[in-house]
Amino acid sequence: MKTTVISTLAALAMLAAPAVTPAQAQEPLRIIIEDGVIEPIPLAIPVFIAETPGAEQVAAEMTRVVAANLVGTGLFREISPDAFISRITSFDSPIQYADWKAINAQGLVVGAVSVGGDGRLNVKFRLYDVFSDAPLGEGLQFGGTTQSWRRMAHKVSDAVYSRITGEGGYFDSRVVFVAESGPKDARQKQIAIMDQDGANVQYLTDAASIVLAPRFSPNGSQILYTSYETGSPSIYLMDIGSGQRRQIAADAGSMTFSPRFSPDGSRVIYSMSQGGNTDLWLQDLGGGAPVRLTNAPSIETAPSFSPDGSRIVFESDRSGTQQLYVMSAGGGEPTRISFGAGRYGTPVWSPRGDYIAFTNQNQGRFHIGVMRVDGSEERLLTASFLDEGPTWAPNGRVIMFQRETAGAAGVVGLYSVDISGRNLRAIQTQTGGSDPSWGPLLP
Amino acid sequence: MYQNLGKALLIVAALGLSACANPDRFGGAGGPGGPGGPGGVDVGGLGSPSDPRSIAYFNQTIGDRVLFAVDQSTLDAQAQQVLSQQAQWLNANVQYSAIIEGHADEQGTREYNLALGERRANAVREFLISQGVAGNRLRTVSYGKERPLQICSDESCYRQNRRAVTVLSAGAGV
Repeated sequence: MKTTVISTLAALAMLAAPAVTPAQAQEPLRIIIEDGVIEPIPLAIPVFIAETPGAEQVAAEMTRVVAANLVGTGLFREISPDAFISRITSFDSPIQYADWKAINAQGLVVGAVSVGGDGRLNVKFRLYDVFSDAPLGEGLQFGGTTQSWRRMAHKVSDAVYSRITGEGGYFDSRVVFVAESGPKDARQKQIAIMDQDGANVQYLTDAASIVLAPRFSPNGSQILYTSYETGSPSIYLMDIGSGQRRQIAADAGSMTFSPRFSPDGSRVIYSMSQGGNTDLWLQDLGGGAPVRLTNAPSIETAPSFSPDGSRIVFESDRSGTQQLYVMSAGGGEPTRISFGAGRYGTPVWSPRGDYIAFTNQNQGRFHIGVMRVDGSEERLLTASFLDEGPTWAPNGRVIMFQRETAGAAGVVGLYSVDISGRNLRAIQTQTGGSDPSWGPLLP
Repeated sequence: MYQNLGKALLIVAALGLSACANPDRFGGAGGPGGPGGPGGVDVGGLGSPSDPRSIAYFNQTIGDRVLFAVDQSTLDAQAQQVLSQQAQWLNANVQYSAIIEGHADEQGTREYNLALGERRANAVREFLISQGVAGNRLRTVSYGKERPLQICSDESCYRQNRRAVTVLSAGAGV
């Protein structure tokens, strides 16, 4: 039996750590993200210091992005600056730990921003573990153009998040998705790309044709997507930087759709429908004939590689209803892994290899869920009229998906949720959004 | 105007079973600046529904579409009756070919519904072929759940969205 995990909360654990200096036994600021209950950790994030004249505004904006990122994880809460006793006036001035303990700040983020004569922006930060009276990790700095200030704020956020959770970050990453506008029976769809927090939306296609399900390449430079521009769905490969694209895996008289890259980016796995039957195929992007991976009269679609490239998870209705199966990347006999109530589709292997995310449809409701790759430990994370199409954050700990509301005025938008089922959040986008694909951390 | 049908003409096929004013003819053909714009309509002569050789007769009097049960692609007796008449019409009017559009309701995931719509379109194509229509006059395409005809979220709408529509075009082959 399954239950919907609406608010399983991550555990906060203050772990004993190896002594770093003989003088102090530190108890580092640390969160373990797993099932359990968490009280968000109080963080003090004073406005970053402007070290050059005129840097005040960008310093303030970067501080807001860092705070919003961290608070947005649900793992932290921000202490109001009105409560601060100490003022941070210089990046290198000694920290008055007692002043921060007094307002119960467990973590303190100190940052400084400068803009050089050449217009280069520089940001540096230190994270302090207040109750250990010590910095947590080294100070770090990032340099870039003034236009890239948001990315630099995301990098600071990733470093803070990683140090406290021990997990990889995900703030400095992008999402491709389908921007949707117009009524349900005349939806206009465009492939779009944005920062993971919904900022900096750019459109990669116009609205002339139906477009579906863009998928990032492993290095984030290309996307695969499905378009109806020839009148029938077929798969395109686009270079994001140049906008150049080409049709791949086209076959007259057939439909091709549901593509994904192999983990090394060299191959594409996809579905092809011919004569009422849909099977899985593999195309090497270097050329050559496509290879058929399944040959069954049932529907085989929505394939996704394991991160080591050795296996493929996909959905099939060979049992009579949509269920999830895993098979070797070369094809062969698949093993069914979904056995709960209802139908299962759109499986996606976590980039860490530990979970498979999916869509479950049961008794008129849709859920996003995760299970171990052998089908065990299934848990449903969300429930609504129509939740669909999960995609993993680069750290494999957060999932983005689409949610559509019912009825003639139904709207579709993007949401994110932790793998524990907590911290469900809407991603703010200018238009409706669907079919998200979360790209890798940016270099 | 019936004689003015161009080779590339696409036909509005809307008025048959539905009271809805939305034409069942979708994007791809007309570019952003094209007739009707994205998802728009290219208008051509339909003729009179009382003229048995007209497209209007095919769309309205015979019926250009059949409906399906939830998650099914089998043709019930009513669907087979409509398709038998479609086949007779196509056999009598060999200057037309057809694209059979398969659709699904919104209660399903995107990829599965694409495959399901293709199954439905193919079931219609196979039936028409069994009734003597040449296979090279019949192409299929699935829209999955991308183009609902009715947009309420209950069975009264879903049932009209689970459809396969035979869209005629001028020209003997596709």
